[in-house]
Amino acid sequence: MDVARETSAEMYRRMFRSRSFELAAIEKMKTGEIPGALHTSVGQEASIVGSCMALRDDDYMVGNHRSHGHPIGKGARTDRLFAELMGKATGINSGMGGSMHLSDFSVGSLGETSIVGSGLPVAAGAALGSKLQGNDRVTLCFFGDGASNEGTFHESLNLAAVWVLPVVFVCENNGYGELSAASVMVSVPDVSMRAAGYGIPGATVDGQDVLAVYEAVGEAVARARRGEGPSLVETKTYRFHDHAFGLPSPVYRDQAEIDEWQKRDPVTLFRARLIDDAVLDEAGVTQIEDDVAAEIAAAVAFAESSPYPSLDAAFDHVYTNPIPIRH
Amino acid sequence: MSAVSYLQAVHDALQEEMRRDDRVFIMGEDVGFNMLGATGGFLDEFGAERVRNTPITEAGFTGAAAGAAMVGMRPVVDLMLSSFMYVAMDQIISIISKSTYLYGGQASLPLTIRASMFYGGSNAAQHSDRPLALFMASPGLKIVAPSTPYDAKGLIKAAIREDDPVIVFEDGTLWTSTGEVPDGDYVVPLGQADVKREGSNVTVVAISGAVQAALAAADRLAADGVSVEVIDPRSLVPMDYATILASVEKTGHLVVADPSHRTCSPAAEIAATVAEDGFWSLQAPIARVTVPDTHIPFSPPLEQQLYPSADRIAEAVRQTLK
Repeated sequence: MDVARETSAEMYRRMFRSRSFELAAIEKMKTGEIPGALHTSVGQEASIVGSCMALRDDDYMVGNHRSHGHPIGKGARTDRLFAELMGKATGINSGMGGSMHLSDFSVGSLGETSIVGSGLPVAAGAALGSKLQGNDRVTLCFFGDGASNEGTFHESLNLAAVWVLPVVFVCENNGYGELSAASVMVSVPDVSMRAAGYGIPGATVDGQDVLAVYEAVGEAVARARRGEGPSLVETKTYRFHDHAFGLPSPVYRDQAEIDEWQKRDPVTLFRARLIDDAVLDEAGVTQIEDDVAAEIAAAVAFAESSPYPSLDAAFDHVYTNPIPIRH
Repeated sequence: MSAVSYLQAVHDALQEEMRRDDRVFIMGEDVGFNMLGATGGFLDEFGAERVRNTPITEAGFTGAAAGAAMVGMRPVVDLMLSSFMYVAMDQIISIISKSTYLYGGQASLPLTIRASMFYGGSNAAQHSDRPLALFMASPGLKIVAPSTPYDAKGLIKAAIREDDPVIVFEDGTLWTSTGEVPDGDYVVPLGQADVKREGSNVTVVAISGAVQAALAAADRLAADGVSVEVIDPRSLVPMDYATILASVEKTGHLVVADPSHRTCSPAAEIAATVAEDGFWSLQAPIARVTVPDTHIPFSPPLEQQLYPSADRIAEAVRQTLK
């Protein structure tokens, strides 16, 4: 497909940004400066960025527990995201949400939600809101193969279908729900087959190929924007790391499988393609990488130097219109 | 002023708020068909976009209300019966109650959940719940439980205008009860208890359907020379403890009547709070009149004995004054 040079460059920038952000986060996890659990999406950057770049800036996006890349893909700055991972006052959520709940409402990232499958009804609702408001915004919802077995997946696809809502459901099928293989836990070989049960289009694409994702999600977004209703797009991808840093991880998959998938690293693949297709030269790609590296270093430094919230911040934001918190 | 039914007051509140603010819309199972009587004529007046019949998909449409609220709408979710809230539990607790907090105040969820406590009519254990306490236990939700048409209308209008999620626990046993309601616009602010009857010997805090029973008990006890003050909190979150504590300070005695199950009920929380903060006002132990910790049976005589009745409340008052 014909993608503008600037769009391609921006895709690579966001993919490299997501990768660099997470690699930096892993280092901070090792030093104990990031608490809790860290669910990385290293290996899934083509799915993330190809999907997000198919959206307009004013479109909405809902993520899940494995969602560091999603607000980055949607255009969020990384400094406040990194500060959030460290529980700092300057975090995008003021330190209330952490890794599993990154967000940036200013770029339409309506928040990641860490209960598997819980974001799908929210995305349908944001789309309903847009429809009732008479605008042409589209909402995109990320979830995994595991979530496709939750009741909310089925309820939301049906609801979006009968109400013809402008929402695109993107299943990032990384082959595993936590430790259990999708090949064992999902009743169909492709999650996209489930779209037929709701009378909506379903497509499966190579989730390591950012342009393929961009094209498939772009078609679904265009359809939604035309008022023709929801679609399901499945990106076949792979989680290079285990389920989460900070949680136990018994052996559950073969090293040979991991090695095989790592040969198709989406960042490396797209880098080579940009050069092969003469979209960018080596210097151009390196420039992006250097810029992102500096940005991430600055984001980490910003987070490091930021204070923790004051202790009484634990009682803020329980409500928009506050009431006394009972102690 | 005119006398209207509780259900008519609910209808009028919804209608007035939908006329006032085009961000307000209703969704729920068969709301367009006026299934339970609160949305008569709405489909004709407001159209199918704003009066949305939903599939039977509680988690789906309750979660959808959260998403719509996040982007600036003011949904009213009609969950019909409060027992159906469990189907949508994750959406209510994990999404609706927590999103404002989780995202550091970036998200507001101005949505109203209507859920009727549909007990007392032989609908058995799965349809007869009064799950006030379950939801009071999750920060982030505001909760009201009106006992009169006046309060129902005023609290629903306040709930719809509130910038936070509000659960309105209507009491199905009160739907046909009538009361005076002003003709013009008014709201009952959240967090303000109402002294339904003034008295000096004992404070009865009564919730929802227990309020009428408490007032009936107070009538009877008055004949015996006992002066009962009946307080309806109306709003359970936030709760107007100041009014309750001031009353106990005056009377020295507290009975709490609540159609919830006994354990961890609103009555338990009120009793604990008065024990902590009003202990030196008390002249006798606090008494609770609640539903025993058994399920709601189908058979009418078995069921009817379980709720706070005027008899049970009057007896509790007599015991606490001994």
